[in-house]
Amino acid sequence: MQGLEMVLSMIDLTTLEGMDTEGKVKQLCYKAQHLHDSIDGLPTVAAICVYPNFVGLAKRCLAGSGINVASVATAFPSGNSSLEIKLADVSMAVSEGADEIDMVISRGRFHRGEYNFVFDEIAAVKAACGEARLKTILETGELGSLDKVRLASDIAIAAGADFIKTSTGKIQPAATMPVTLVMLEAIRDHFQKTGLMVGMKPAGGISKSKLALHYLIMVKETLGDAWLDPKWFRFGASSLANDVLMQIAKQRTGAYQAANYFAID
Amino acid sequence: MTHQNSNWDLSPAPESTGHISLKEHYGVFIDGEFRTPDHGNRFQSINPATGEVLAEITESSSQDVDRAVAAARAAYEGEWSKMGGRERGKYLYRLARMLQEKSREFAVIESLDGGKPIRESRDVDVPLAAAHLFYYAGWADKLSYAFPNRNPQPIGVAGQIIPWNFPLLMAAWKIAPALATGNTVVLKPAETTSLTALKLAELIQEAGFPPGVVNVVTGHGDVGAAIVKHDDVDKVAFTGSTEVGKLIQKSIAGTNKRCTLELGGKAANIVFDDAAIDQAVEGIVNGIYFNQGHVCCAGSRLFVQESIHDQLIEKLKHRMSTLIVGDPMDKNTDVGAINSREQLATIEQYIEVGKQEGAEFYQAECQLPEAGFWCRPTLFTDVAQSNRIAQEEIFGPVLAVQTFRTVAEVIKKANNTPYGLSAGVWTDKGSKIFNMTAQMKAGVVWANTYNLFDPTSPFGGFKESGFGREGGLHGLSAYLEI
Repeated sequence: MQGLEMVLSMIDLTTLEGMDTEGKVKQLCYKAQHLHDSIDGLPTVAAICVYPNFVGLAKRCLAGSGINVASVATAFPSGNSSLEIKLADVSMAVSEGADEIDMVISRGRFHRGEYNFVFDEIAAVKAACGEARLKTILETGELGSLDKVRLASDIAIAAGADFIKTSTGKIQPAATMPVTLVMLEAIRDHFQKTGLMVGMKPAGGISKSKLALHYLIMVKETLGDAWLDPKWFRFGASSLANDVLMQIAKQRTGAYQAANYFAID
Repeated sequence: MTHQNSNWDLSPAPESTGHISLKEHYGVFIDGEFRTPDHGNRFQSINPATGEVLAEITESSSQDVDRAVAAARAAYEGEWSKMGGRERGKYLYRLARMLQEKSREFAVIESLDGGKPIRESRDVDVPLAAAHLFYYAGWADKLSYAFPNRNPQPIGVAGQIIPWNFPLLMAAWKIAPALATGNTVVLKPAETTSLTALKLAELIQEAGFPPGVVNVVTGHGDVGAAIVKHDDVDKVAFTGSTEVGKLIQKSIAGTNKRCTLELGGKAANIVFDDAAIDQAVEGIVNGIYFNQGHVCCAGSRLFVQESIHDQLIEKLKHRMSTLIVGDPMDKNTDVGAINSREQLATIEQYIEVGKQEGAEFYQAECQLPEAGFWCRPTLFTDVAQSNRIAQEEIFGPVLAVQTFRTVAEVIKKANNTPYGLSAGVWTDKGSKIFNMTAQMKAGVVWANTYNLFDPTSPFGGFKESGFGREGGLHGLSAYLEI
């Protein structure tokens, strides 16, 4: 139960579709605050994650809820644009009130071996974030090997990322346990060297409670209890919440309820 | 919004023991029946994690050994050596399947009797034992294909003496190839861990093997000596210490007994600076702390390239701090109980030697249970080849770490030992792996893994680690006149 509630509190409830509308974002914001009202004492999710043009709306909908608004930026999901446009994208989201920025790295440049470029870009975005915390999406499904995942993790951490994140959710495979472990090890090694914590966010492909709990155990065993906190660990997911709610309801009542009893915003 | 966690430590998850069946005392298994000899000599088999007595075991006399060998001879001369390979194979397949069906009971008894974590007995010992039986069952009717243009024939009665570190697995390693090739067997398990061999005898009985094909006599070293010296034993197979291996060779000198020995080791586990370090750390831990280090092929000498030494040792210590040492029956346990009081004394003596020699000593912090025999995972750094802890087999969770600079240097040092059972190499570079494996004087060389076993792969030693191979095609030839 404790684990399930923790999973809920770590979810970045996400909608990142071309067809996103005000209506959709409003519904998501409502869901974020009212996960399942028939169960008392549930935590809220950690954040909702939207495109920059919906940040202002989300901010208004979530006012006073304590739920953060995260915005993807930097020409999400491909990252193929100029630095100026990417920084403008970030600035727009931040000025609308985004608490967190989820940027994508330039995978093309990374594959060309232009690691300095990748580093400088992350550092520039970090500077543009101001107070907002920066999550750096490596898009591990496009990196090709665990060695590259580790290298990209090290670059992102060194460039000042507050979080490293596996995926946009637009590319398969998204988050997997091996990829996440490699990134957690990069965080652990950085922490052991510098004493500075970096957060981790696996995103995409985690839709069941059991798998989410496996991830938490991996976090605990690799990084320790300090990371078992929404400040340092998040799940990027849209359908995970309902499965967790279903399990919590089952724990409370002793019986599984049909999926229809859980709202699908 | 922040959901505060309180305690995420693992709760105890003990495997239940209510489902096993153990007798209060066991006789010897001769000619298809359990028999209680008239002399009535017995000793106790205890649980090394608690000191509790599990069962009483027969201390066999030389007459018992005579009877066992006679039964094996009669079975050999009778139907077993004449039976078609396909029929012999069927018996082995049946035994393998029955072992799988009772795998949970065997795993629990193995952990109770030997002290190894249930995770290992459940996931390694028992499945691998069944896999060996299956594998050699498949060869039984294909021996003429294994040795083309030959007429492979069984040798006769095999006397097999097995150690306490992998009791059931070693029984399977010994019995499977012997039976597949048409030999009969007198098996002696180690005195501290007889139970799974006796349970296997029950299965053999239940499987309907012809009487006398497998006989199990229990007891201490002199029972083994009686088997080795017995005039009617044609083949001796022994797994154990190099010291006893030498005694066996002396005692069979001048006879026509065939012999295979799988003895001690002091394996070099070598980590280059280009290795995947976190993966290597897992391999180092698996290499030396698997089964409390009671492994003849344990990676007990770690060689680390000097440029990554500090980083690797730091990671290794961190990893050691997460190892769970304790109740072998708990499914979370990584390191269980030391097999016996005597072995614990040996290990502690070596740890003392290491300290006196001036090596830097480190042990993972962990709570140890009060009863039973325990040793924390131990690490010695600043070790040289001249240190005793780098020369002698400790057979416990004690790792001696040395540094090296060049490939040539580490090959020399790795081979600078009377042993030659196994070795490990960790590098990202394939060419380095092939260069290393070609020059390593060791029967098994693992690359970027450790302690990985498969019945199709031959296992055995160079130099004083023994001779003959078990597993694979090579394992057949040890039991055949070719």
